Formats: sequence, structure tokens, C-alpha cells
Amino acid sequence: MSTTIASAPARPPRSLILWAGLILVGLHVATGLLSLVWLPYEPTGMVGMRLEGPSLVHWIGTDRLGRDLFTQLMIGSRIALVVGIGAVAIGAAIGVTLGILAAFASKWLDDALAATLDILIAFPTLLIAMLVVAASDTASLWSAIVALGIALSAIVARLTRILAKRVLVMDYITAARTSGSSWPKIVAIHILPNIWPTLSVNFALQFGLAVIAEASLSYLGLGAPPPNASWGRMLQEAQGTVYTAPLGAIAPGLALVSLAIGVNLLADGLRDSIDPTRRAR
Amino acid sequence: MSLVAVDKVSFGYTASRPILDAVSLDIAPGDTIGLVGESGSGKTTLLRLLLGLATPDSGTIHFDGSPLDPRNGAFMRQFRRQAQVVFQDPYSSLDPRQTIFSIIAEPLRSLRLAGDHAAMVAQALEAVGLTPDAATRYPHQFSGGQRQRIAIARAIVPGPRLLLADEAVSALDLTTKVRVVELLARLSASMSLLFVSHDIGVVAALCRRIVILEQGRIVEAGDTATVLANPRHPYTQRLLASVPRLTLNEAST
Ligand SMILES: Nc1ncnc2c1ncn2[C@@H]1O[C@H](COP(=O)(O)OP(=O)(O)OP(=O)(O)O)[C@@H](O)[C@H]1O
Ligand SMILES: [Mg+2]
Repeated sequence: MSTTIASAPARPPRSLILWAGLILVGLHVATGLLSLVWLPYEPTGMVGMRLEGPSLVHWIGTDRLGRDLFTQLMIGSRIALVVGIGAVAIGAAIGVTLGILAAFASKWLDDALAATLDILIAFPTLLIAMLVVAASDTASLWSAIVALGIALSAIVARLTRILAKRVLVMDYITAARTSGSSWPKIVAIHILPNIWPTLSVNFALQFGLAVIAEASLSYLGLGAPPPNASWGRMLQEAQGTVYTAPLGAIAPGLALVSLAIGVNLLADGLRDSIDPTRRAR
Repeated sequence: MSLVAVDKVSFGYTASRPILDAVSLDIAPGDTIGLVGESGSGKTTLLRLLLGLATPDSGTIHFDGSPLDPRNGAFMRQFRRQAQVVFQDPYSSLDPRQTIFSIIAEPLRSLRLAGDHAAMVAQALEAVGLTPDAATRYPHQFSGGQRQRIAIARAIVPGPRLLLADEAVSALDLTTKVRVVELLARLSASMSLLFVSHDIGVVAALCRRIVILEQGRIVEAGDTATVLANPRHPYTQRLLASVPRLTLNEAST
């Protein structure tokens, strides 16, 4: 952790990773923002024939109710971003706090927390999210976000705890103590900055997880109710016609994958350009 | 009056296994003391107690006449300014994500010391033989010996009266070691130094007094020259027989 790690020779240049991430994420952000002020068609309106193929009027065709697929895809970008950011923010806030506390806790409390987290993590994120959604009586976008955030927080807490403990044994922590720095200050200026690179890349992974999990929740009918066209619901609705009109499933699937990959590339690229030990001189 | 007075201090990390057993030690202002003992004898543990990072199970430690009490915030703030430490591993003792300026300025900021921090950091860098432009760089851009100088700069910047060095030169190659020992020798003119080392040669060159620790007990203490010339305790005799005789002058030629 304290030593300089040379990047593997096979790794593509840092700027390329960063730019690819920026472009992919930027596209989704731009589309999501645009969807707030402009949409090609009324999202719930039957604006064409059923299951039309791609054309100049309907760029990627229509679904089995004659609604414009591209319009739904745009709204899906917005929902995916809100879900990803919301769930990761909640997961990070709860998880980092718990992880830091566990790293400082007395031995038995730390052991108890670690065991609890291990058990929680053994359950799939999706299952935990389903339980939380089931416990709240109305399915909404927000209940899905909170559910996913809580499910992710266990993963974040476990990682934070391990990373923080690794930093805590460093001599520079002891030096900070003998320099008169308080524990909260040590957390803020030594621990968080040193665990952040690893954490942030993990947040990107979890952003992808959350978006996919929300799609799964929607696919199972536990996600946001109808006017919200999430990619998961598009996938679900395209299920019956996947052979006759494959674009209805391929388009949201590609959107999902491109956003997940984009966020990961962006996090990788950003980490490398922020980290003083990786920055080329 | 002694700067540090350790009186019959005993300590164990667990109740079942004592690490230090009735250790007594006085450090006079301006004194240089070498603390020697084999691995596991409790040297680092004693330094932790002297720094208030752990409290003795029994016995007392006084600093400048006042009991060393980690719960006494006002006292500790004064104490932290006056007692500083340098560690063995130059790669673990500097936060890789902070600039050299932030690292050296940390005691000034945390102890809220008055003065022009930028000037004080520059002065500390100069005192350890580094140029002021080092301040804007990061630890990974420096060699082990340079990092150790940076760690020493952080330790001296608040103007301590006591410097504890825990095998501060053990990880360095011979020529670098000699330079850092010379630096510590220069600094010891204006502060008390407790220098933990395996290296009797370095202790002989640097320290006026020597304290031999064996399994948590002080078995011999006295003038370095006297003890080395005429070791009384069998452990000291074995220790001297097992190390190659090496003085600083021999090492630097
Ligand atoms: N945090 C700890 N918890 C439990 N035991 C410890 C801890 N730190 C040290 N010890 C034990 O205390 C004893 C003395 O350790 P200490 O680090 O003080 O030795 P040392 O003289 O500094 O050795 P070295 O020359 O190897 O640095 C060792 O037996 C060690 O196993
Ligand atoms: Mg030690």
C-alpha cells in the first residue's frame, strides 16, 4: 500500500480508459438529462404499430404495445443513474461509517460485526433488496433504491473495515497520534484518503451491481411502477417477443452493460489520475 | 531534575505475559541514551509507554516533573510538542497520500502551534539536509534515507526536548546510515535522545549512556564507554561478543 506499484505493461494507457469511461457515462448522463426536457414521443402513448423494426421515425422500433423504444431507453438512462447514484450513496454512507467503527471497535465487537457482515454478504444483494422491498408496502423507485443501498452497505462495510485496519497499523498513524492529531482527524486525513482509491473502484462495481439489481427487481415486478420505464421492465416486456423483435431486449441490455462498463472505466481512470503514487512525473 | 523519570514500570499486553518488569530509567536534559536489547526484549513497548500510547500496569512515568497521563488533554498537548518519535521503517512512517509539507506540518497544525508554518517546515527540511522544494513532493519520490530525514524533520519541527528513535537507522544502507547518525548526533546537541538500536557500533558512536534490556528487565546501565569496555552482566558480555566491533569512524572511511 505504501510502496509504488508499477502498472502492468498490458494495461491500456490511463487517458484512454478515462476517456472511454467519460464518453460512455457522459452519453447516459446527457440522455438522462435530455429526457427531463425532451422526449421523441409520449412514453406511454401508442405512437406506432406494434413491434415495428428500426426506422427513421422509430430509431430502434416499437414494443408490443406500439410505444417508442428509444423514448423508453432514454427514460431508462435517467432511472438507472438515479438508482446507481442513490444506492451507492446510501451504501457508502452506511457502509463506510460501519466499517470505520468496526476497525476501531474492541476485539469482540469487531468480531461480532465482521461475522454479521459475512452472513449478510452470503445472501445475494438481490435477495436482500427483495426482502426490503417486500417489507415496504408500496413498490416505488425509492424503496428499490433504499433496499439496494442497504444491501450494498454490508459489502462496503466489510471492505472498509479490512482496508482501514491495514492502514491503522502503519507507522504514520502512530506518528499522527504523537503529533497530537485526534482520531476523527486521523480518519479524515489519513485513513479515508488511503482507502479511497480501492473503495471508489468498488463503488463503481457496485453502481453496476445496483443498476443490474434494479433491472432484476423491475424484471420481477418489484421495481418502479409503470410510468417509470426502467431497462429491467423493458427487458421483461420484451421477453415474449425476443425471437420476433430481438431489438426490444438487446437495446436495454446493451444500455445496461454500457453504463456499468462506463462507470467502471471512469472510476479506474479517475483513480489513476488522482493517486499521487500512480501519476507519472 | 530529569526530563523523563521512569520508576519501576511494568507492563504486559495481556495479563498472563509481562513484557516489561520494573523498568526504571532517567533521562536528563541533553542526554543521549542508547537502548540496546535483542528482538522482543521490549524496547518498542517501552517507547510506546514513554509516548503515552500505552499506560503502565504499575509504576510511574514523569515528564518534566508531571505524571504522564494520556487522559489529561492539556498536559498531553504540551507533552506531544516536547516528545517526538522516529520509526524504523521509512516506508511505513510517511503517509503516501500527503505532500511532504502536509506530513511535516502535521504536528504544527494538530498541536495548533503559533508561527509561520511554511517557514518552520522549510527550516526543518534544511536542518535535515533537504532542499525546501521537497515540500511539494510525495514520499514515493524519495529514497529510504531521504524519507528517514523527512520523518526526522516531522519529529523536530515542533521543537521537542526529547527525541525517541526506534531503530531509526536499521533499515538504511551503511553510508546512508552514517549520514543519518551524524544528523542525529547534531540534533542531540539541543535535545535529549533515546536511541533504540541493535547496532552497538552506532550506539557507541552516538550515545553517552547505554541501557541494556533483556526480556523486559534492565540488566545493565551506565556510561557507554565504561559498559562496553567492561561489561558486567553476562548478557551484555554475550551481546558484545556476538556483534562485529564497528565504530562510526571505521564505517565512514
Ligand atoms: N500489540 C501487541 N500485542 C501483544 N503483544 C505484543 C504487541 N506488541 C509487541 N508484543 C510483544 O511484546 C514483546 C516485546 O515487543 P517489542 O516490540 O517491544 O520488542 P522490541 O524489543 O522492540 O523488538 P524488536 O527489536 O524486534 O523491535 C514481544 O514478545 C512481542 O511479541
Ligand atoms: Mg521494536
